[in-house]
Amino acid sequence: MNEAPKLNSFRAGPDEDGRFGIFGGRFVAETLMPLILDLQDEWDKAKNDPAFKAELDNLGAHYIGRPSPLYFAERLTAELGGAKIYFKREELNHTGSHKINNCIGQILLAKRMGKTRIIAETGAGQHGVASATVAARFGLPCVVYMGATDVERQAPNVFRMKLLGAEVKPVTAGNGTLKDAMNEALRDWVTNVDNTYYLIGTAAGPHPYPEMVRDFQAVIGQEAKDQMLAAEGRLPDLVVAAVGGGSNAIGIFHSFLDDEDVKIVGVEAGGKGLEGDEHCASITAGSPGVLHGNRTYLLQDGDGQIKEGHSISAGLDYPGIGPEHSWLNDVGRVEYVPIMDHEALEAFQVLTRLEGIIPALEPSHALAEVIKRAPKMGKDEIILMNLSGRGDKDIFTVGKILGMGL
Amino acid sequence: MTARMDRKFADVASEGRPVLVTYFMGGDPDFETSLSIMKALPKAGADVIELGMPFSDPMADGPAIQLAGQRSLKGGQTLAKTLEIARRFREEDQRTPIVLMGYYNPIYIYGVDRFLTAALDAGIDGLIVVDLPPEMDDELCIPALQKGISFIRLATPTTDDRRLPKVLENTSGFVYYVSMNGITGSALPDPSLIAGAVERIKTHTKLPVCVGFGVKTAEHARAIGASADGVVVGTAIVNQIASSLTEEGKATDATVPGVEALVRGLSAGVRSARLAAAE
Ligand SMILES: Cc1ncc(COP(=O)(O)O)c(C=O)c1O
Repeated sequence: MNEAPKLNSFRAGPDEDGRFGIFGGRFVAETLMPLILDLQDEWDKAKNDPAFKAELDNLGAHYIGRPSPLYFAERLTAELGGAKIYFKREELNHTGSHKINNCIGQILLAKRMGKTRIIAETGAGQHGVASATVAARFGLPCVVYMGATDVERQAPNVFRMKLLGAEVKPVTAGNGTLKDAMNEALRDWVTNVDNTYYLIGTAAGPHPYPEMVRDFQAVIGQEAKDQMLAAEGRLPDLVVAAVGGGSNAIGIFHSFLDDEDVKIVGVEAGGKGLEGDEHCASITAGSPGVLHGNRTYLLQDGDGQIKEGHSISAGLDYPGIGPEHSWLNDVGRVEYVPIMDHEALEAFQVLTRLEGIIPALEPSHALAEVIKRAPKMGKDEIILMNLSGRGDKDIFTVGKILGMGL
Repeated sequence: MTARMDRKFADVASEGRPVLVTYFMGGDPDFETSLSIMKALPKAGADVIELGMPFSDPMADGPAIQLAGQRSLKGGQTLAKTLEIARRFREEDQRTPIVLMGYYNPIYIYGVDRFLTAALDAGIDGLIVVDLPPEMDDELCIPALQKGISFIRLATPTTDDRRLPKVLENTSGFVYYVSMNGITGSALPDPSLIAGAVERIKTHTKLPVCVGFGVKTAEHARAIGASADGVVVGTAIVNQIASSLTEEGKATDATVPGVEALVRGLSAGVRSARLAAAE
């Protein structure tokens, strides 16, 4: 078991300062520094504690419903006429997305640290729902910050959070989307340092969050790898996932990073096109900068002011991306591409009709990329896609755009 | 320039009173008004000026300073223009130290070396960059110190005795003690608690300790100034500016005089602070 770490591994990061190359780090106010150092200590202990792992696995199996299935999308594959398409079905998890994997892990840490209050930010509301869910399960009060625009377009999730006993605080600053919600959560955290645990919903923020969230989500790729070997006796040729902050993507990518023959593609929100400001393609159309505790690719102007992005999908509507993705892009291991709103919308309908699965708008972006690539690949090739969430939350948005009276 | 800051603290200490540090947002509500406000501050009794650099995502600031930043950015303010405000001020005033305060990203995008050269040229004496803790000193703190610009660090109630030496290590100019865990614009805690914290910090450093966050009135300034080497007032000034604007956020004839009157009162507060201590 005591293998020396591979020197040329893409899986070794971050370093002890939380850096992936030039990305990552700890760019936070002094008030928060002692807190994130405490969190790091606790996380370092927990990840090597068999009791912690056992509790995580137990809740994974019986509360979340892990392992999630690996599904061969037979009709979609036939329709596209190229590579075999498999979905890792994170949308079947309790609460409807991959977000719960991270929430269960972090709430166990919060408990270990003796914290008595949970705060979270949310965009699509999936992370808010998952946070409210684990807070209910562990009997802790929970406050969820959500941009006012998102409160409106994700109303069903707002209602779910309230039913679960969480307090949803709409944020009106800025455009009222995910980045503004994150600012407000950070303001809450500096004010309530003694009792509060900040449950960040994606693989971004100050160290140790990007590493920790990745490790809680890495179960997706670990399972998928085993399941793929069982189903096909080999690894996939291509792995695809949508990237908002990057947690579902890094979750499925991480296990495959050192498998040279596996091509990996992350799909960003191209919105209405990359020419203007109405997109959220941080890597494809942004540049490195510092926001929310880490250095990473950001959408910003020439003065370093952060722009408000746009995406049809509230969960991808963030002008940054987790630092590990920025690094994986710069070292050339993962390719990042944009998918436009209308392409995602089209993919959403294709999957619904062909496979009887209503996907969330976020993984619909990944699916649109799969739909582009599969026909160009051989029938003996395999694509693995992370189907990160179900579309129940999005039916009103989609219905409105398609002009269906609801 | 570190020297100008040290000289100012020494001069004021010899007057037997604490230093009055005043914060306002560069470019709020527009470039020219902001420059007039800056010129008015020392005349009204401010000893040190903190010049805010607006940022789209001010994570450590309350609503008042968030809105000031938005007004400033809407008026077309940029980092280069904020430096220009300082440079124009310096043409008339060579004695009042200027500390730039804000967040790292605009500086990072401007380019650290280019920024430090421009800041020195504009007559900047110190920097407060909220999201650069000591763990990130290689980014800006060390290069700034090498150029002779002070890097002023915030110490907070969460900065315990174990952490304090790390926070103080590369700090120069003064130490900014944040009176409470929270964002700018919150309520002022009990002055006696603050006095205890100032004493604690002083056992670790010879630097002057200034206290900010929550100081709004002359009475506050007087109470805090009884124990601290300096008092920082920000949100109260920003609110004063905001209250003088038209509905569209434009400056009026009351904007600059309003700030002058407020600062004159605060100045009287610090000038009677040591009397308060003796009472
Ligand atoms: C189903 C689903 N997928 C993906 C995302 C994007 O987040 P991340 O990039 O962290 O996976 C979200 C965010 O809300 C989501 O709800």
